[in-house]
Amino acid sequence: MYLFGDPATWLPLAFAALLGLSILIYVVLDGFDLGVGVLFPFAEQDEKDRMVASIGPFWDANETWLVLAIGILLVAFPSAHGTILTALYLPVAVMLVGLILRGVSFEFRVKAPIRHKATWDGAFYIGSMMTSLSQGYMLGMYVMGLEVTAFTLAFSAVTAVFLTVAYSFIGATWLILKTEGALQLKAVKWSKGGIWGIVLGMGAVSLASPLVSDRIFDKWFSMPEFFLLMPLPLMSGALIVLLWLALRRLPTSDDSFAWFPFAATIVLFVLGFFGMAYSFYPFIVPDQLTIYEAASAPESLFIILIGTLFVLPMILGYTALAYTVFRGKATTLSYD
Amino acid sequence: MDTLILSRIQFGANISFHILFPTITIALGWTLLFFKLRFARTGDQKWVEAYRFWVKVFALSFAMGVVSGITMSFQFGTNWPGFMESVGNIAGPLLAYEVMTAFFLEAVFLGIMLFGMSKVPSWLHTLSTFLVAFGTTMSAFWILVLNSWMHTPAGFEMRDGVAFATDWWEVIFNPSMPYRLVHMLLASGLTVAFLLAGLSAFRWLIGDRSDGVRATLKTGMTIGAFLIPLQILAGDFHGLNTLEHQPQKVAAMEGNWETGPNVPLVLFAIPNEETRSNDFEIGIPNGASLILKHSPDGVVPGLNDFVAEDGTVQHPPVAPVFFSFRIMVATGMAMLLLSWASVFFMARKRRGVEGLPKPLLWAMVPMAFSGWVATLAGWYTTEIGRQPWLVQGVLTTEAAVADVPAPMVASTLIVYLAIYAALLAAYIGVLFYLARKAAKGEPLGPRIPTAPEAQVTVAAE
Repeated sequence: MYLFGDPATWLPLAFAALLGLSILIYVVLDGFDLGVGVLFPFAEQDEKDRMVASIGPFWDANETWLVLAIGILLVAFPSAHGTILTALYLPVAVMLVGLILRGVSFEFRVKAPIRHKATWDGAFYIGSMMTSLSQGYMLGMYVMGLEVTAFTLAFSAVTAVFLTVAYSFIGATWLILKTEGALQLKAVKWSKGGIWGIVLGMGAVSLASPLVSDRIFDKWFSMPEFFLLMPLPLMSGALIVLLWLALRRLPTSDDSFAWFPFAATIVLFVLGFFGMAYSFYPFIVPDQLTIYEAASAPESLFIILIGTLFVLPMILGYTALAYTVFRGKATTLSYD
Repeated sequence: MDTLILSRIQFGANISFHILFPTITIALGWTLLFFKLRFARTGDQKWVEAYRFWVKVFALSFAMGVVSGITMSFQFGTNWPGFMESVGNIAGPLLAYEVMTAFFLEAVFLGIMLFGMSKVPSWLHTLSTFLVAFGTTMSAFWILVLNSWMHTPAGFEMRDGVAFATDWWEVIFNPSMPYRLVHMLLASGLTVAFLLAGLSAFRWLIGDRSDGVRATLKTGMTIGAFLIPLQILAGDFHGLNTLEHQPQKVAAMEGNWETGPNVPLVLFAIPNEETRSNDFEIGIPNGASLILKHSPDGVVPGLNDFVAEDGTVQHPPVAPVFFSFRIMVATGMAMLLLSWASVFFMARKRRGVEGLPKPLLWAMVPMAFSGWVATLAGWYTTEIGRQPWLVQGVLTTEAAVADVPAPMVASTLIVYLAIYAALLAAYIGVLFYLARKAAKGEPLGPRIPTAPEAQVTVAAE
């Protein structure tokens, strides 16, 4: 426990890093499968089956990252967990209902009588929308320090829309990678239509957080941090330009670079995430509670950490195995 | 109604809905592995048929379990922040180990188990089936460790109102854990046994005479007949363990108010907390003393011992515990009767499924869900029986509840209840729909071509 000095210092930091990692992986992974759900109304019937086939083997494991993230928040920072979740009571409830609807629709849409399929497709879309919108809303409230005023509500409504569009964007880039033919062409079109969500979403959060909090303003706009941090926005800008150029040329005749938009979007999400993490550190409840104040007993954290160091590489390993088994273009899902 | 009772109903509704599906997937995972291994051994197509049908039930149940489980993990924070703030140092690591050793394992390998049959070598598919079953069981292990700790906390000390672990071995193997784990795993086995038999009986009654349906009906009833006596035994041991650690719960289960010898076994009564006695009591003399103390003059604890000097009641509400317990026992008796009668008729003159009388087959259909009834009744007995404590002797339920406005809890509760009711109806409807389809010999849904077709599709690509 004393490997890295005072356990009351390095253990909360390690768990904040683990929490961040889980949230990041969740946003990327469930982001693309939620996004596919958000795009549902724009697709034809046979395309819907193909779209679900592209995420069918993965969605369950993707959502497990959310359970891990909320679990880490719960076990490592119990008082923050209570404060954040009771403050976000209603949006959490909306998200849970959304997750329930879309999760069961995966199964019901192909197992219920065929005449009910359209209903379950509808439930899948509505569930995906509820989940994405409520997550975007919670992001906005979090950035605004969990305070409820007319302005924060309006801001959160805006981030709700932007995050949903951002999810649909990463979902569309996933479809570029996993599909071919007419659906792939459509996915390129959807990506071009959704890229503004990323630009405006990242822009809004980047502008709003320093304006809302003097502390965050100082962290970004004092010397020499300002210059050291410049690569973050510059790289994001460059990636968006590259994405736009790539989308104009895709799909290529030999399907080369079909992976590029998805990969570039992941990097964009990572950059945006690091920007946010930098802004809010060391607070876990913005401007109220730091990770050090909220952390559980070092003894408990240590016993979880030992397990994590063994298990996390295994989880990453067999997750990689699953993505390898189901690599390539999505075909019709079959139990055989 | 206030926030406390609404939050309790909400969590109770949530966990009741949730437990229905893990109860199925824990044992069904192992059953599917059994089907797969039987096929590998015998090469008999009926085991593949059985696997194909029941893997769909598994997939559907699993999805229902996942989404309702996510809901629960959030409700700890939204409704019960006091729980984690007070015993988070114990509950946290146990939940974390559940997520890390169980949830990811089952979620990742489920994809390969469901959709990977033609994409991976057969051994990897079998291994995936095993890992999914193993994952569900690990999940049950960790969550029952935590639940048992809430009933019989051990291996910790309190500092400033916060629990700190002193001995993790004692935390994990707390006094009621082995009994509760065995009782729950057997409950899962029985739930699946009667579901297998019930849906298969339904298929048989509407004319399905396939070898697959014979195999599952026989497997279900045989497992049921084998497990039910074990479960009765395990339940008895669990009861004696509860008597030692939570006597007030046993007193409520027995409907016994006064501590003393020669306590009757109350078969029926309406416990009355106003008069602190039973109305309309029918009992067997000395029965409770005999069961709990193995002697007619054994002293059995009574509820009146758990009322403080100032009149504060420190035992659970009596009627819900009393009736839940009786519903569980009655369901268990019905299971015993049905499964043993079935095995008897199947063994007589070695006639197999043909030897089963029609009324018995019809009885199996509603009994398909008897496992659910018994499991829920059992959980209500033990969980309501823990009140007014959330963690026995450490934290009251009242102290842990969130300060969320009651109307907010009420409105979300209504939404949850509506969704759960709709999903439950859809789930049961789809099970019988799949059974009817399978009975007619139709392919089971658009994405399940029969084996030769699948090969053609693969070859065409």
